[in-house]
Amino acid sequence: MLGKLSWDALPFHEPIDMIVSGLMILGVIAILAWLTVKGHWPYLWREWLTSVDHKRIGVMYCVLALVMLLRGFADALMMRSQQALAAGGAQGYLPPEHYDQIFSAHGTIMIFFMAMPFMIGLMNFALPLQLGVRDVAFPTLNSVSLWLTASGVLLTNVSLVVGEFARTGWLAYPPLSELKYSPGVGVDYYLWSLQISGVGTLLSGINLVTTILKMRAPGMSYMRMPVFCWTALASNLLIVAAFPILTATFAMLLLDRYLGFHFFTTDGGGNPMMYINLIWAWGHPEVYILILPAFGVFSEVISTFSGKPLFGYRSMVAATLAICVLSFVVWLHHFFTMGAGADVNGFFGVMTMIIAVPTGVKVYNWLFTMYGGRLRFTAPVYWSLGFMVTFVLGGMTGVLLAVPPADFVLHNSLFLIAHFHNVIIGGLLFGAMAGYTYWFPKAFGFTLHEGWGKASFWCWFVGFYLAFMPLYWLGLMGMTRRMQHYDNMAWQPFLLVAAAGALVILCGILCTIIQLVVSIRDRAGHRDRTGDPWDGRTLEWSIPSPPPSWNFALMPQVEGEDAYWYMKRRAREEPAGPGRTPDYEPIEMPLNSSTGFVTAFFAVVTGFALIWHIWWMVGLGLVGAFVTMLVFAWRDHDEMEIPVEEITRMDRAHRAETTR
Amino acid sequence: MAAARCRFGTAIFVAGVAATLGGCSGVLDPQGPIASAEKTILFNSLGIMLAIVVPTILATLGVAWWFRASNLRAKYLPDWEYSGRIEMVVWSIPAMTVLLLGGIAWVGSHDLDPPKPITSTTNPVEVEVVSLDWKWLFIYPDLGIASVNRLIVPAGTPISFTLTSDGVMNSFFVPQLGSQIYTMAGMTTHLQLQADQPGSYPGLSAQFSGDGFSDMRFTVDAVAPDKFAEWVNATRGKGAALDPTSFAELAKPSEAVAVATYGAVSQDLFQAIVHPNVPPAEPGHLSQPAMHKEN
Amino acid sequence: MTAATLSHGGHGVPTGSSTDGPAPKRIVVAYGFWIFLLSDIIMFSAIFATYAVLANATNGGPTGRELFDYTNVAIETGCLLASSFTCGLMSLAVHEESRLGTYLGAAATFVLGAIFLALELHEFAGMIAMGATPQRSAFLSAFFTLVGCHGAHVAIGLLWLVVMMAQVWAKGFRQTILRRIACFSLFWHALDIIWVALFTIVYLMGGR
Repeated sequence: MLGKLSWDALPFHEPIDMIVSGLMILGVIAILAWLTVKGHWPYLWREWLTSVDHKRIGVMYCVLALVMLLRGFADALMMRSQQALAAGGAQGYLPPEHYDQIFSAHGTIMIFFMAMPFMIGLMNFALPLQLGVRDVAFPTLNSVSLWLTASGVLLTNVSLVVGEFARTGWLAYPPLSELKYSPGVGVDYYLWSLQISGVGTLLSGINLVTTILKMRAPGMSYMRMPVFCWTALASNLLIVAAFPILTATFAMLLLDRYLGFHFFTTDGGGNPMMYINLIWAWGHPEVYILILPAFGVFSEVISTFSGKPLFGYRSMVAATLAICVLSFVVWLHHFFTMGAGADVNGFFGVMTMIIAVPTGVKVYNWLFTMYGGRLRFTAPVYWSLGFMVTFVLGGMTGVLLAVPPADFVLHNSLFLIAHFHNVIIGGLLFGAMAGYTYWFPKAFGFTLHEGWGKASFWCWFVGFYLAFMPLYWLGLMGMTRRMQHYDNMAWQPFLLVAAAGALVILCGILCTIIQLVVSIRDRAGHRDRTGDPWDGRTLEWSIPSPPPSWNFALMPQVEGEDAYWYMKRRAREEPAGPGRTPDYEPIEMPLNSSTGFVTAFFAVVTGFALIWHIWWMVGLGLVGAFVTMLVFAWRDHDEMEIPVEEITRMDRAHRAETTR
Repeated sequence: MAAARCRFGTAIFVAGVAATLGGCSGVLDPQGPIASAEKTILFNSLGIMLAIVVPTILATLGVAWWFRASNLRAKYLPDWEYSGRIEMVVWSIPAMTVLLLGGIAWVGSHDLDPPKPITSTTNPVEVEVVSLDWKWLFIYPDLGIASVNRLIVPAGTPISFTLTSDGVMNSFFVPQLGSQIYTMAGMTTHLQLQADQPGSYPGLSAQFSGDGFSDMRFTVDAVAPDKFAEWVNATRGKGAALDPTSFAELAKPSEAVAVATYGAVSQDLFQAIVHPNVPPAEPGHLSQPAMHKEN
Repeated sequence: MTAATLSHGGHGVPTGSSTDGPAPKRIVVAYGFWIFLLSDIIMFSAIFATYAVLANATNGGPTGRELFDYTNVAIETGCLLASSFTCGLMSLAVHEESRLGTYLGAAATFVLGAIFLALELHEFAGMIAMGATPQRSAFLSAFFTLVGCHGAHVAIGLLWLVVMMAQVWAKGFRQTILRRIACFSLFWHALDIIWVALFTIVYLMGGR
């Protein structure tokens, strides 16, 4: 009746697990109870859970990412403390079967459920605003994407309480991830969580590519798009081209595990190397999927706060597209040590270095954007400068790892760990935080507290160097990754420093939380009345903060790069005469829809049932999802009309504020 | 032993750095030709890049600081967004660096291709390596002996490794001797290493392989050639024999396995591990091709 | 202040050029669906690549040459190609807003697709009966997955077609339904293209 599920799946015999799961369940119950008591459910359901507004969906993606940052960071703290303790004969406090789950979950969560949602959230929020349109191409699909991602998140976190997570590392290399060596449900949790959220990501990629290519304000030609739109386009094209590979690869591993196929098994003619090739054919583009939008954020931030257009716009676009294409021909550098032969290794080493060229160009272009500017040192600028310094170092060690003979001694070592955290924290996370601070006033109508934001930056910046510079050194000392304990006492001092660094980063995260609380408390004093708190250059700053659901009362007419900057300049030069009232028209906006939420509910049911081999429930989930789609397809009204009066009222109020 | 010199207890970090720079570890303390060459490439590449990276970082901070909004002495060029000359420089700096490094990468990956024989006057010692859950088996096919978790080799002699795995993938790595290489079931990889001086060098698996992974360590003891011959003679014919039965026993998952030796090894055991249950007919279709091409 | 530069474009002005504002819904939907199809084709490419790597890994079991029945495959191919043609006829009828023509075209497409699927299942059943199951060898795993994945797409297509006809019957030719039928026919033709690749790589090249 319940497949493999039994009481044994609950962690009654594991005190640490029991406490963690208990706290998590209590936390969830507390939040749900608070929502119920306060009567917030109808509002939450109406305005958020069923919302198809790209801004709200973007915000929800970012909230999801921030929550998962906490979860993933808790894993990181456990790893750092375990390794700080487990030297010599000591075993630390986490036995291997726990430790292995923790580093697998840390990688999976941070990449798939922190980094991806954060970037997709920022793109979702900012793209239509920057492009000057009222929504993404497929609003309801957007909601489906969000909730499918959330389903993956939920399943991964359920594994903490019911059953176990993968003990294979975040990419689940076979043969280790095959049924023979991982008979538990951990790998199944991993695979189904990522399959479900992967579908969400793919749909989101399709949606945003279509939005950028087909939905732009009049006059917004490709070469007038803000660079963030370009990097988002490249990133989403990569999603469309890379995620299907992941889906196919995971599907094959699932067939191996569920039906005894022989794709990646060590018997029956299977070939585990093929998995490694396929997963990195997705995996390498994935790192650019993540970093390109961050590059876009930095471009926007540096240009805005320098009060200058981006230097070398065409160069930036060319560099972005070059990275987009090249990212597909470098995957083998993740396994030079497989023994592929000198020509193959040499080729992929050189290709990997070539990809550093456009990346280097970007750094110089940001530098020259600041040159001749009036740089305002706000929190987003702190993050950007911290990024430029840190990322250059991370890129350098990346190129070092691309030299095959150097990789032969550094592969899988803590040097590698330090390298990719250097680019992910120094690149992506700093970018996410810069974007979060930059666009927060647009989303909520008030700016974030500067002091706490800068405090958060300094903690992250210092904490990062403390936590990861020792790891570079440990890699050179020959320490490999994923060790639950080690006998070389010489490593321990460095690991203690790294653990201290993790604590400093924790302070950074706490500062972000405090910043949010303080900013909400003092929001009246930080109100963004004009909708343009930073003297912005792109169209999102031409509308009120927070924008109305229809974004633009009138379609903006774009006449150049940095569209809003030129509108403002022209308005200064030739002030519009009084009495020119524009003709407003009613706007058709898509109706909210519970399709996404309900589909995701059935996706969770199906995924959970598949993990535990509860076949009747699989059927139930699939039928439920299908019926949900039918109901959606059958509805007669999918749009509502925003009356002219409402648009006029909102737009007049905004004009009054901006001209005051 | 080197590690002993670097023991600190609850050492202060600064002291730790100083002592470590003294050279008691891993990749930074090469003990063979491969490891030395790799360290050289590593530091040459690092040096070349630092020459670009350090000025870039300084320039970034300098420009950002000089052009701060409060500095009214700095010129403000609100419309300056393009300069062909700068673009040219901006593309060529990384391009030139990469050209140089690309050359190093290409030549290095040929010179230091793991299976490439090491030039030496002495004949290499053949060692067959099998990674098991969670220990290492070293078979000396020409000598008819085998050992677990301890590899004894003559110093100054190239060692020619042929590697495979009995199940899960691992990576064979002796940081002080250089290149690591994967071990994969159903196929073989090849690696040549050499220890120049007698000494004891820690080795490990550099590819996570399951719960017992952290204890999947071994020691490479490089000894003088005459000592090596002594050891071989002392081992051969003594103790248990490694045959399919005892191998099956050894292959069962176990953690933190003690060092052991086998005084005899049955013929073609390694081939049988690489290709379990190879049916007699149709050889072309059945076995996985070995990863490395013949050279 | 922005009044000077704001035009009265309104929403949904149907224009072709990309600088004239958002494209009309019809174009956006078709475009998005195209991108989905591209992603689907990439997924197939990954499976194709895997099949190519494993094509000789028969593990001592039967090879493609011993298993493939070309008459069966030829009929399958014929059915699928013909169904693409009838799908085209259906699209014409939809364009004319002719219900009868639409139903007839859809019915023909459905029957041909169902025959294709039945023949494929028949082929699978025959192979499994001979012991050539996907568990037998990596080659057979890849074969069943590649061909089966295409078959699953056809099955989903048939279900979709039924739903679309029910929608035409219940709601008539309204804009949303026209767009969905256009997407369906793109999907159906894409399956044809994939089948041609599959037929060539699996059956023609694998049978030599």
